[in-house]
Amino acid sequence: METPYLLAGICVMSGVTFAIRAVPLAAIRKRFKNRFLLSFLYYLPYGVLSAMIFPAVFTSCGSVAASAVGCVTALVLAFFRCKLIVVAAAAVAAAWLTAALMPLFGLM
Amino acid sequence: MTREDNQTLSFRRGVRDAVPIFLGYLSVSCAFGMIAADKGMSAGLAALFSVTCVSGTGQFVGLNLMSVGAPLIELFCTLAIINARYLLMSVSLSQKLPRKMNLWQRLVVAYGNTDEIFALASVQTETLTFGYMLGMICISAAGWVGGTLLGELLGGLIPSSVVTAMNIALYAMYIALIIPDAKRSAPVAAVVGAAAALSCVLTFVPLTGQMGSGWIIILAGTAASVVGAALFPRELPEEE
Repeated sequence: METPYLLAGICVMSGVTFAIRAVPLAAIRKRFKNRFLLSFLYYLPYGVLSAMIFPAVFTSCGSVAASAVGCVTALVLAFFRCKLIVVAAAAVAAAWLTAALMPLFGLM
Repeated sequence: MTREDNQTLSFRRGVRDAVPIFLGYLSVSCAFGMIAADKGMSAGLAALFSVTCVSGTGQFVGLNLMSVGAPLIELFCTLAIINARYLLMSVSLSQKLPRKMNLWQRLVVAYGNTDEIFALASVQTETLTFGYMLGMICISAAGWVGGTLLGELLGGLIPSSVVTAMNIALYAMYIALIIPDAKRSAPVAAVVGAAAALSCVLTFVPLTGQMGSGWIIILAGTAASVVGAALFPRELPEEE
């Protein structure tokens, strides 16, 4: 990969990403009054994050089994309100352990 | 500039609240740095990419596209589609910023409006302050760029099985952000469930599966939120 091409590519990709994030924040100053719109914007973070998690999480670390074990670990710990960092670390550990143990049981 | 009216959401608190994001980013961008090194991108360029783009999915996909020499227009279009969700997130965030916040502060907030910072900002009940946002952005960006360099420089020292497992860290963080609210509020739980189900269906149905994950996320997330807003409209805030 050549440096001028990479520099141009990085500029293009970072530029478009920033523009997408900046336009609404720079342009919208008024507070919406519409009840439906406000409700929609309240639910939006939950909807988008949930759609980002599923089904992508199940293929996030190679094998589906390891990813699923990590995902269930995160769901259970999050349900009991563990701290973000605890949930993340436990999910990684569970996924890694599952991937490491599977060959021992002839499951790979 | 006068001091922010609201001192509870301070810079310090932003830094403290975003420590999990810092650690999550450190591990994910470490993986990015290793892959970038593997594909022959220098540490300096990888760090430049991370500090200007701050977009996990966008950077992984962008790196792959550049490694096969994709034309710039393809880079532009692909990133626009993958990151189109930030348009929705920025509209949503615009309602939580103080109206008097000036343009350059808004642009700084826009720079740092990643999925994780957006999620953390969204669950705050008070009006957001610039200091709080800046605190979250500083520590998160430090983790993102620091991890990229770490991955580039000591990639070979970390077993690949550990790096692979680390890919689940950010998903686990999203889960930790939405599940407590879903537990507390039945409408939120319904939206979360509907978005997950719809996203899975769209991904696995062959015809819609070809849309690409960027569109599927927007479609599933928006549809579930529209249905949520129609079925469970929220009480309007008392003032302003």
